[in-house]
Amino acid sequence: MKSDKFKVVHYLNQFYGGIGGEDKADYQPEERAGAVGPGQALQKEMGGNGEIVATVICGDSYFNENVESALSVIIAMIKKHQPSIVVTGPAFNAGRYGVACGAVAKAVRDELKIPVVSGMYLENPGVEMYRKYAYIVETSNSAADMRKAIPQMAKLVTALSSGQEVSPETHGYLLQGLRKNYFHAERGAKRAVDMLINKMGGQPFVTEYPMPFFDRVAPNMPVADVRKAKIALVTSGGIVPKGNPDHIESSSASKYGKYDITGVKDLTVESFSTAHGGYDPVYANQDADRVLPVDVLVEMAANGEIGSLHRYFYSTVGNGTAVANSVTFAKKIAQELLNDGVNAVILTST
Amino acid sequence: MVKEIERAGIPVVHMCTVVPISLTVGANRIVPTVAIPYPLGNPLKTPAEEKELRRGLVRRALRALETEVHGQVVFDK
Repeated sequence: MKSDKFKVVHYLNQFYGGIGGEDKADYQPEERAGAVGPGQALQKEMGGNGEIVATVICGDSYFNENVESALSVIIAMIKKHQPSIVVTGPAFNAGRYGVACGAVAKAVRDELKIPVVSGMYLENPGVEMYRKYAYIVETSNSAADMRKAIPQMAKLVTALSSGQEVSPETHGYLLQGLRKNYFHAERGAKRAVDMLINKMGGQPFVTEYPMPFFDRVAPNMPVADVRKAKIALVTSGGIVPKGNPDHIESSSASKYGKYDITGVKDLTVESFSTAHGGYDPVYANQDADRVLPVDVLVEMAANGEIGSLHRYFYSTVGNGTAVANSVTFAKKIAQELLNDGVNAVILTST
Repeated sequence: MVKEIERAGIPVVHMCTVVPISLTVGANRIVPTVAIPYPLGNPLKTPAEEKELRRGLVRRALRALETEVHGQVVFDK
């Protein structure tokens, strides 16, 4: 068995699969023989040990909008090759792609019971959601890291396929939050008491298990009556006045915009567009109300369904934007909204 | 951004397409939307139908804002 090449199936999105860009994000799952795109580099790095027998390609938007049906088709495509391991991505910081890579990994683990290797940037939502189900090699936030990510993934794939022991320290993958039992020289009770004595005495101590930090914010009380409320719109979909006067970046936004819609009844193709580089902009450019529903809210303010629509909307681009930046923007935005007497916010994302 | 607005004390509803991301990030009031390139629209429908669809989703968001919740709730109807 050791002299046989191990079989790998590779999962890619429409871009890395060579189908197209955002305009093809609705591409349905398709199978190709052998390695495609970055799979070719992966194949080379694995050398004669393993073979990518097939590649499954699926559009990022199609996957995320049809998870159950897409997974069922994708798993069937993978299963018939009877691989010993699956590789998804690497997705770097691409959110939809990372979520797809992670969801495929979970389904492969659950149904095919074989390991999965992937590659993502720490802040990719796919990491938080699926880190337990795949060995996710930690990458930088840009595809320029492909040249480092692929060899690391290949090394992990080869190790797993030959039954070698792996760990985050030796193979560079993100902590999975899975517990592994081992024997320690001293009993747990003694270690706990020693640690407590140190803690109470102000001495340094090292926790054996860092507590996970789940940041949750308690929901606010509801709006008593929206017919009396001042509602404000905020979006991460990048809607901006045509021409993007503040030059909000199409990815990794370093700023947000604040725009006055006094007197505006409808966002039109001449007046508004999207700056967001992470989704097909055609539909938002034709009619930005599809991302920022100004037209219906203006009507609702006029007919009394809401108290009023705030004259300013806030916009940034959620594509690969650092979490820390988003927090900073929103703190400022929230303060202004409070000062302006806004009672509630509708925040739209794509 | 949704959490920071909530933290400041303003009730907020997240209208978004990829609901699992919103749940992971921690939004409390969530309304699922149509599709990634057109969350509040549908280019396959007539303009009038699209607007009615948009009204419906925004109305659902307003209902979510008026609803007391004690954790994360997805308002999918």
